[in-house]
Order: sequence, then structure tokens, then C-alpha cells
Amino acid sequence: MMKKISFQDLPRLFREISETQTLIAPIEKCGQVNFGVWTPDSTLRLDALKTVKSAKGAFFPQVEDIVHFRMKDKTIDIHPAEVLTEDFVIFGVRACDARSFELLDRVFLADPVDPFYAARRKHGTVVTLACNQPEETCFCTNFGIDAADPCGDVTAWMDRDTLYLRANTEKGEALISRLENGEEAPVEDLKKSIGEILKKLPLNDLNLTGFDGDHLMEKFNDPKWEELARGCLGCGTCTFVCPTCQCYDVRDFDAGENGIQRYRCWDSCMFSDFTLMAHGTNRPTQTERFRQRFMHKLVYFPAKNEGLYSCVGCGRCLEKCPQSIHIVNVIKSLGVKEDD
Amino acid sequence: MQEMIVNRLRELLASGDYAGVIGWSKGETPFDRTPGLFTEKDLDRLCYDSFCGSNLSKYLIANAKDKKVIALLKPCDCYSFNQMCTEHRIQRENVYVIGVGCKGKIDGEKIRNGGIKGITGVSEEGDLLKIETLYGEKEISRKDVLLDKCLSCKGKEHKCADEVIGESEDTSVGNKYELVEKLDAMTPEERFEFWRGELSKCIRCNACRNACPACSCIKCVFDNPKSGVENKAAADDFEENLFHIIRAYHVAGRCTDCGECSRACPQGIPLHLLNRKIIKDINELYGDYQAGEEIGQRHPLTDFTFEDDEPSVVERRGGGK
Repeated sequence: MMKKISFQDLPRLFREISETQTLIAPIEKCGQVNFGVWTPDSTLRLDALKTVKSAKGAFFPQVEDIVHFRMKDKTIDIHPAEVLTEDFVIFGVRACDARSFELLDRVFLADPVDPFYAARRKHGTVVTLACNQPEETCFCTNFGIDAADPCGDVTAWMDRDTLYLRANTEKGEALISRLENGEEAPVEDLKKSIGEILKKLPLNDLNLTGFDGDHLMEKFNDPKWEELARGCLGCGTCTFVCPTCQCYDVRDFDAGENGIQRYRCWDSCMFSDFTLMAHGTNRPTQTERFRQRFMHKLVYFPAKNEGLYSCVGCGRCLEKCPQSIHIVNVIKSLGVKEDD
Repeated sequence: MQEMIVNRLRELLASGDYAGVIGWSKGETPFDRTPGLFTEKDLDRLCYDSFCGSNLSKYLIANAKDKKVIALLKPCDCYSFNQMCTEHRIQRENVYVIGVGCKGKIDGEKIRNGGIKGITGVSEEGDLLKIETLYGEKEISRKDVLLDKCLSCKGKEHKCADEVIGESEDTSVGNKYELVEKLDAMTPEERFEFWRGELSKCIRCNACRNACPACSCIKCVFDNPKSGVENKAAADDFEENLFHIIRAYHVAGRCTDCGECSRACPQGIPLHLLNRKIIKDINELYGDYQAGEEIGQRHPLTDFTFEDDEPSVVERRGGGK
């Protein structure tokens, strides 16, 4: 059943939600919009299409504690970090980021299940938001994502001064059941107008033929990698703004008084010390590191996941790479050309 | 100008003296300009226009190490080039510098932030930018969307060019220390608050460091497991803030104020203000100094004269006498 709430009443709804749960939403801080904990003083920016960082941090934060050790004489006290036990809501997730959660599930919920991630997924309610104005950098259409009708526990649409919401799951139902009923027609109109824009996106027709496990060695050995990677600075911008990058490192921090705080933090395959082992590194050049990132997204991941690509077409890498090197360059350069 | 550049490059590359040219190519979006090394056969992909804002001089460390190359440098890029030559990171004789004319470069992000969405094409008519979008045509003034670094343009002279192609314009406006002075005028608490806010956005992607021509260490301490200070994420906020301050101090006196740090930052942190504050202090204490003005300069922090000002707290408290 469709529900609705006017924008004017939205702060009231947010206050109600935040009284019992943590509410995460796109919030502007120092000129940039990122997902953060909403408080009545926050500058809410539901209109911002792309947060700088994706929504994945709500389930897989950039830094999180795993365990704390403390040496006491000849014993070691071990205190594992607690998993989340309280419910939270993440509001305003776009279709691309919503799909990224499904991809992350395949990594973190596969055996052995990651307890921290699993707890957040269990306790999190995802409210998605249809994209009224997709950008030229958006290419989610290539991955079967519908920005006019995203998935999630609740799907929302902004129509002028009204937010329409539809529950897709029980969790979603529980969140919005008390709102007044809304009409279907404005949402249908919106879906239609968004659909028209989606058809016009310039990066709609990426040819992904040949990006699969069967062509693994062919892609791996393609001589074009070197040229593609030449301008790469080796920074981690693409990986840290990416909704599907899921690599992390586990590190120890001297917590003082014979204590060790073990935490994990996002890692980037673009970094020279990524997966560094006693013997050194497997990928001594930036070309190899660069290749790893895209082989993972476009070849290894689909080979292991029924052809599912580990890219959702959000286009953040297109907007944020300081040297404009990104996955679309790779797909077009290594892919099958129309006239081949 | 692009045609003139490409024609001249064809001539130079035909001589066989150079392994290629460091320049830009066009990409997918109207703003994509990607640095690369171009040889004679792929010169037709080379592009030079109003979107080539990135500073290519740092690429010469790797690309001109054991071979001769041609580099396309804008007037501001020349300062970084000279500074790296001074530091022996680039061998001057391995690079033939073509100074390319520059009338200020356009910041795609500023156009987007101005509320223009779905940009599929941009054309220039004098100071007017005509922007095609998925949502109709828009117009915007070119000077309103120049990169921040262009607003503190160092002038139209190429300080290291072997030859120059094209005209340049000084696009500086106002006092480049305006924001630094504003920060200086704040109370320590307000200033702390400002930087805590800005630096809290840092995602530690290292784009600022990797884009910075003054950050040319082969292995940064923060990437070196043997350094004892390597980290991929800050253990606390304090550590996060210090990364940038340590970096600013490391490049003090060597930073040419090229603005790549702020241009590269995905979170829009005005990192160049840290460097500019140090530049302003150096200028006030030791006289005006511009890093990268010429090759072989000694910068005030590594040079000593008996007349040097002694700004330390020890001096102020009557010590050292």
C-alpha cells in the first residue's frame, strides 16, 4: 500500500524514528553530502543524488573494532567487540547503493559469516529513494538496476512537496504503517518520467560481452592494461567511494597499558602495501594493482557469482578520480567493440 | 591551439629523440581528461583544452627517468617542474618542455555544484559556457567555474619552457591570502573547529598526497610497514587531522601552491590553505619567496643567514641569548 508524507512533516517523522532508532541519512557537512547520523540540527540533503562515500559504510564501516587484548602477568584477557544489537534506519539510499548491499551480502554473509556485518544487516531498515534526476555519469541501467523503482525495505519517491513511500518487507511495513495512505498515480507518473530520462543516459549501452570467467586469461593478459593504468596516481579514491569495494585490512593499535586494540579498516588494492606478505607483494607495479581492481569487479566476481558484476554503475569513480580513469574506460577499452 | 601543439609534436617526435609526450586525452564525460604518454601513432588522441587542469609535472619523475620525453606544461605546472628539478627528482636534460597557453581551466565539479545536472556537452563562446544537459541547455559564465587554483594564478609566464605555444592569461582575482587571513583572524577555538570540520571528511584515500608534486618520496612513511607510523585509517580523529598537518610541514618551503591537493580531494577539503598559511608565514618572516621560480633555488627553510628572523617561542621568551 502506498503511503505519503509532506516534506514539511518529514522532520517530525525523522524525530519520531530517531527517538527509538539511529537514523542515518544524506547529510551535508562542510559543503559535502555523506551518509551520517541524523539529528534535528542536521542539514538533510535528500535531493543530493550521489553522496561522496556510498551507503555501504552503514553496514561495513571504514573502521571498526574487532577485539581488544590485554596482557596481565602471564595471562591475556580477550574482549571481542560487541556486535550491533539495536535497530537502525538508513534513509535515502539510491538504487545503485541498494544493489551494492546484495553484492556485499554475497561476500560477508557467505560462510564464514561476518558477525559484524550480519548484525547490521539484520538490524538495519533500508529506505531507498528513486532518482528523479539521474546524472550523465550514471550507468546502473547496464546492470539491470531500475533507478525509478529501487529495492529496499521501503521505496520512496519525491514528488514536488510530497514523499510517497511503499513498504516492500515486514521491516518496512513496521516503519511506515502509521503514515497516511497515498495515491498511486503520482508515483506511476514519476516512474514514467524517470524511465524516459534513464533511456537517454549516455553510458547506457556498455558492452559487457566477454567479461566472464571463460575469458579470464585473455582479459588478464590484455596489453591495454598498461596504457589504461599509466595516469593512475595509486590513490584509493575510487575504492573508497565505491559501493562494492569490500577489501579490508586487520591492524593492531597500541592501546597502552599492555593493551592491543585490533581493528579492521577499508583497504585499497590501489595501495602499494595491499595484501603485503612476508615475501613482499604480489603486485609490485601500479598496472598490476589497477588490473586487479577491474578484474575483480568484471571477471573474478561474476565468475564466482552467476555472472553478477561487482559494479552497480553509480558513477562515483567517474566523478571523483582526480585523473578521470575509471571502470567505463576499462569496459570500453577491453570489451568487444560494436564493429568487431 | 590543440592543432598547433599536435603539429609541432609530430615534428619533434619524428626526430626519434623522444620516447613520447606527456599530455592529456579525452575521456567519457565532457570533463574527463586523463594524463598519459603519447607516441607518434597515438597523437590523434592527445587533447589540450580548457579542461586540462591537472598538473602533469609529477609524471615526469617516472617517465623521464631513463628516457627523453616531451612535456606539456601550463605556466603554473612549470613551478612544480622546476622544484622537482631542484630536488633532483627530474633530470632537466631529459625533458623538452612545451609551455602551453592557459586562460584558466574549468572545474567540472563547480558546474555540477552550481546545480547543472546531467551534463553531456560543454562548448565555449568567449566567456560563455554553453552546457548541454539531459535536462535542456544551460549557460554559465566561464570565470565563475574556474578551478580554485586559477583564481590565484601565478601569471602567464612559463618559467621553464623550451618553447611556448599559445597565449596565456593571468586569471588571478583579489588577494590569494584572503581565506588564510580570515582563518588567522579567528580565535584558536574557531580555527580548530573549522579544521576539525573540514578534516573530519577525510577518507584517507591519499589522493592529495599522490597528486602532490612535492610529495615525491618513493615510499611514504605512511605506506611503509617498517616506519612504525604506517596506517590505512586513523585510530582516532586526532591522528586523522595530524596526517594533513604533518604533510603540510613536510612540503613547507617546497610547496609551489599548485593546488593539486585541493583539486584531487574527493571530499572538497581546502587542503591548500594549510600550505598557503605556511607560505604566507615564510614570506612574512624571510621575505617573498616562490618555490619553483627557477631551478637551483635554496628555500628559506633550508638556507641560513645571520640576519634570519628567529620566530621560535624560545626567542620570544628571551632564550638563546
